[in-house]
Amino acid sequence: MNQFEYTRPTKQKAALEQKAKSPATKFIAGGTNLIDLMKHGVENPQKLVDINRLPLHKIEQTKTGLRIGALVANSTVAEDKQVLEKFPLLSQALVSGASAQLRHMATVGGNIMQRTRCYYFYDTALPCNKREPGSGCGALEGINRIHAIFGFSDKCIAVHPSDMCVALAALDAKVLVTGPNGDRSISFLDFHRLPGDQPEKDTNLGPDELILAVDIPASPFTKNVHYLKVRERASYAFALVSVAAALDIENNTIRNARLAMGGVAHKPWRLLGAEKALIGKQVSEEVFQQAAAVAMQGAKAFEHNEYKLKLAPNSIVQALKNAAGMA
Amino acid sequence: MEEQKANKEGQSEQPHNDTRRDFLKQSSLLTALVLTPPTVFNAAAARLDEKVAEKFEKVPVTLEINRVKQKLSVEPRVTLLDLLREQLNLTGTKKGCDYGQCGACTVHVDGVRVNSCLTFAVMLDGKKITTIEGLAEGDELHPMQQAFIKHDGFQCGYCTPGQIMSAVACVREGHANSEAEIREYMSGNICRCGAYPNIVKAIQEVKNGGQKV
Repeated sequence: MNQFEYTRPTKQKAALEQKAKSPATKFIAGGTNLIDLMKHGVENPQKLVDINRLPLHKIEQTKTGLRIGALVANSTVAEDKQVLEKFPLLSQALVSGASAQLRHMATVGGNIMQRTRCYYFYDTALPCNKREPGSGCGALEGINRIHAIFGFSDKCIAVHPSDMCVALAALDAKVLVTGPNGDRSISFLDFHRLPGDQPEKDTNLGPDELILAVDIPASPFTKNVHYLKVRERASYAFALVSVAAALDIENNTIRNARLAMGGVAHKPWRLLGAEKALIGKQVSEEVFQQAAAVAMQGAKAFEHNEYKLKLAPNSIVQALKNAAGMA
Repeated sequence: MEEQKANKEGQSEQPHNDTRRDFLKQSSLLTALVLTPPTVFNAAAARLDEKVAEKFEKVPVTLEINRVKQKLSVEPRVTLLDLLREQLNLTGTKKGCDYGQCGACTVHVDGVRVNSCLTFAVMLDGKKITTIEGLAEGDELHPMQQAFIKHDGFQCGYCTPGQIMSAVACVREGHANSEAEIREYMSGNICRCGAYPNIVKAIQEVKNGGQKV
């Protein structure tokens, strides 16, 4: 690994200044993704600004919902009493990710910023537009079984690996960030990008901005929720397809619904059309299947990931059944 | 609290470190002599190499490792795993994959289990580290160590220190209430020999034994 400079500010202002001073500077928190990428030679920062001593470790109630500090560990969020009570979907998604050790280390902010697990991105001997713009996409004509079926471009077909983000997208969370121009709040659906012509840009976070917290608005989705994760072993693997399903049911009628998928696109993939297809309907497998069909409109597979065209709608139906207590 | 009087480099000597700056000096001098472009001469004259070396200077870190406070000096790029094994000779913690995928390097930081391969030591300034070497009380093995022996929770043994550190934390965290829960919360520790059934039995015995873990 290349050498780098290391600083450990205790104040937000200093952290931003230290980041702004040199372009090849990265913030580091849990390090579970960044250190891995540095060992692979994918990330080569000249300087790391360790933000772990910034005061961003709180989970607090706000007027509109819950605010989770960027530095709260994934395991702490998953087991937090308020999260379990008010946002069980988030807890389920978090527990399905990584391992117990990694969840203790990984932070909320870092989870949002984690990079794709596409093997072409990780292998510096192979082309990848995300890692090295202009070098080509190895996956497009290569091994693409874990890749996207929605929202890809001819420059990049990688998927976002997070489980937490799928739940946060479904829950309409917002990301509170700060930077040289002050604080701003970004809707979760606008935070991550589709690859387009700039797959090297995963998110719309500014180069000198820092995530402070995630805000989750209060919601009725406290009971009929399910995070379904399909992977190649029972635990400790990234999702081939995952579904965050949340229903607000009264007298067997779906008053409101939220659906998002992971493992299918460059960003957490919210299924707004399928949600509309659910709202106002009676709970039934048929209705869930109709919603899944809406969700799959526009999906397109590559040579090795055609199975996702079946796996994804089946997972949506199963997640909805589990959420509705029909399983 | 016993404060160990380790030298500034930790317990082991660091000859490489002393020579690096000399190497930089020599190499840049040689380069300058061979190539002789004025910029290189100027760079050497301005002691740029010195500045480069300074920029990557080791940084002081105080860690309490297995109840012993140690004042150390590490390069920022050194992981906790490499610090333990290479600098402090605590080789009980194993390097399996070195990418956070196998769990062989699991240690406790302030009582919390983490992958030491994915942590830079410098980030842990002021923290308490427990490795497999610090689990026993003198000659008395920790109940989890005893249970692994009793239930034959290993074959080759390479993943065992990580398994045991993870297992202790699994019980302390309250995630050892059923076989399914143990398997889920131990999934970050891979065993190529497949000793999982016996590892689960060992954890269940400790959990049900009611001993202090």
